[in-house]
Amino acid sequence: MKLYLIIASLFILPKFGFANIIQVGPGKSIKQIKTGIQFAKSGDTVFVHPGFYREGNIVIAKKIYLKGIKFPVLDGENKFEILSIKANGSTIDGFKLIHSGVSNLEDYAGIKMYDCRDVTIQNNQLFDTYFGIYLQYGKNCIIRNNTTTAYYKEEQQSGNGIHCWKSDSILIEGNHIVGHRDGIYFEFVMHSTIKGNYSEHNIRYGLHFMYSNDDTYLSNTFFSNGAGVAVMYSHGVHMLRNNFRENWGDAAYGLLLKEISDSYIKGNQFNKNTSGIYMEGVSRVKVLGNNFFNNGWAMKIQASCMEVDIARNNFMGNTFDVGTNGNLVLNRFKNNYWDKYDGYDINKDHVGDIPYRPVSMYSMIVEKNPPAMILFRSFITSLLDKTEKIIPSLTPISLVDNFPLMKMLNQ
Amino acid sequence: MTDILRSKIILIYTLILLIATFCVFGLEDNASKGILSVLNIILIVLPLFSIIFSTIYIYNSSEFIELLVSQPLQRKTIWLSFLIGLAIALSLSFIIGVGIPILLFQLNIIGFLIIFVGVVLSIIFVSIALLAAVQIRDKAKGIGIAILLWIYFSILFDGLVLFLLFQFADYPLEKPMLLVSALNPIDLARILLLLQLDVSAMMGYTGAIFKDFFGTVTGLIISCFVLMLWSAIPMYLSVIKFNKKDL
Repeated sequence: MKLYLIIASLFILPKFGFANIIQVGPGKSIKQIKTGIQFAKSGDTVFVHPGFYREGNIVIAKKIYLKGIKFPVLDGENKFEILSIKANGSTIDGFKLIHSGVSNLEDYAGIKMYDCRDVTIQNNQLFDTYFGIYLQYGKNCIIRNNTTTAYYKEEQQSGNGIHCWKSDSILIEGNHIVGHRDGIYFEFVMHSTIKGNYSEHNIRYGLHFMYSNDDTYLSNTFFSNGAGVAVMYSHGVHMLRNNFRENWGDAAYGLLLKEISDSYIKGNQFNKNTSGIYMEGVSRVKVLGNNFFNNGWAMKIQASCMEVDIARNNFMGNTFDVGTNGNLVLNRFKNNYWDKYDGYDINKDHVGDIPYRPVSMYSMIVEKNPPAMILFRSFITSLLDKTEKIIPSLTPISLVDNFPLMKMLNQ
Repeated sequence: MTDILRSKIILIYTLILLIATFCVFGLEDNASKGILSVLNIILIVLPLFSIIFSTIYIYNSSEFIELLVSQPLQRKTIWLSFLIGLAIALSLSFIIGVGIPILLFQLNIIGFLIIFVGVVLSIIFVSIALLAAVQIRDKAKGIGIAILLWIYFSILFDGLVLFLLFQFADYPLEKPMLLVSALNPIDLARILLLLQLDVSAMMGYTGAIFKDFFGTVTGLIISCFVLMLWSAIPMYLSVIKFNKKDL
C-alpha cells in the first residue's frame, strides 16, 4: 500500500508544485522567449536573461511567471503589440518594452491583458509604446511599480499610459506615467484602487475616470498635465491625499468633476492650478480637509451642483476663491480657512464672528461675460469687489461660510 | 532739468518707489507674484504722480517760461526741453525706484518689458499733463483737470468698457476689445504685461485671443508703437498750442 502511494505521488506531485524553471537568453540553450513559453507548462517560471529580443507579438496563453533579469529589452519595431496576456494568474516582471506599433484601428499596447484575472504586471519599463499597459475585462489584477514614458505631441495620435476597461478589483500602485494621452484611464472599472502613482506631462488628463464606481484613489501626484484630472459619471469615488499640481493653462483643471455623486474628496493638495476643482452636476460630495494654494480659481462650483459639503479646507493665495455661474446655491460651506477673510473673533473661539463670502463680484462678472477678463487686475475691479463685500447684490447671498476659521488648519 | 532732479519731491518719490518695490519682493516668496504687485504700482501710482507733478511743475515755472520766451529762443525748443526734462527725471526715478529691484529679482524679458512700459507710461503722462497745462491758464483748474484725467484713464475708462461689455454681451467682443484697449495707455500696458506673466492662463478664451495678438512679435511691436503714439500725439498738440499761446 505504501509503495503504491509513493509511486502514485511521484506521478501526481509534479502537477502540483515543483514548478519548472526555464532559462531564456543569448547564452542559454533557449534563445527565444517564444520558444521558452512554448516549453513552459502552466505554473512554470521563465527567466529571461539580459539581451535584445525582437520577436514581434509574444502571446502568453498559459499561467506562467515571466521574469526578466536586469531588464531584457523587448522591441516591438513600431509594428507589433509586444506582450499579449490571455491566461489567468500570469506575472510579468522586470522587462523593458520599447517601440510598440501604432494603429488607429487597434489599440496596440506594450502589455495588453485580454479577459483574464489575477495577473500581475510589475517593475517594467515602457518607452515609446502606443498604449502602455492595457487591461480589458480584467479582474483582480495588479499593476505595480512600472514606468511608462511616451513622447506624443498630439492627442489623436497617442494612447493612454495605463488603460483599464470593464474591469473589477484592480490595484494600480506606484507607477510613473509620462507623456501619454491620459496617464491612467478608467472606464467601467469597479472596486479598484489607484495608489501612489505619479502622472505627469500627459497630453490630456493625468487620470481620466468614467463610469467607474466605488473606486479609491489615494496618494497620487498629478503634475502638469494638459487638462489635469477628470472624474466623470461615477459614484462612490474616494479621492484621498492626492497632489494636484501645476495643471496650468487655458483649459486646465486640477480636478474636473462631472456628474459625480456620493463621493469623498479628502486631504488633497491643490497647488498652482488654473482651477483647483471644477464641479458640474455634482451631488452629495464631501470636500474635507483639502489645501488650495496659489490657484487661479480654488473652486468653480456650477449652480447644477447640490448638497456638496465644503468644510475644513485651507484657501491660500488663490486669485479667486470660489466661482459660480448662478444665484442658486444648494451647497454648504463651513469652517474653512480663507486668507482673504478680514473679520474678527471677539469670543476667541477661533471662528470668525462675521460670515465670509468667497465669491467676488468680479468673478461673477467674468462668469457672465467672459470678455470682461480684459479688466483683470484693473483698479475698477478691485473697487467693485470692495463695494460688493460691503453690500452684496450680484453675488449669491447664500454662498457663504458662516463659520470661517481664524487660523489656518494644519493639514 | 537738474532742478527737477534736485527737487525733494522727486527724491521722495524715488525713495518710496524703491522701498515699496523692495518690500513687495521681500514679502512675496514668489518673484512672479511680486511682479503682479509691482504692476499695481506701475498702473496706479506712476501715472498719478507723473501727471500731477508735471502739471504743478509747469504752473510753478510759468514766470520762468515767460522769461525764457522773451529770450531769442524758439518756443518749440523751450517747451520740448521742459517736456524732455520732466520725462527724463520721472523715468529716471522710475528706473531707480522700480527698475533696479526688478532687475535684481526678475532678470528676464518680463523685467525689461516692465521697465520699458513704465518709462513709456511716465512719458505719456508727462505729455498729457503738459497738454492740460497749456490749455488751461488757471492753476487750480489745471491741476483739477490733471486729476480728472488720471481718474478717467485708470477708473472711468474701465467702467465704460465694462458697461459696453454688458450692453453688447450678445456679440463676440474679444476682437473689438483689442481696439478699445488701444484707447487707454494704462489698459494697454496692463494687458501687455499680464499676458507675459503666467496668470494669463486664467484669462481663458479672451486671454487666448489677446495672446494671439500681443504674444506675437508683430502684436508686441504694434502695441509698443501705439504706446509711443500716446506719448507723441499729446506732445505734438501741446507744442502747437504753446506756439500759439498768448502768455
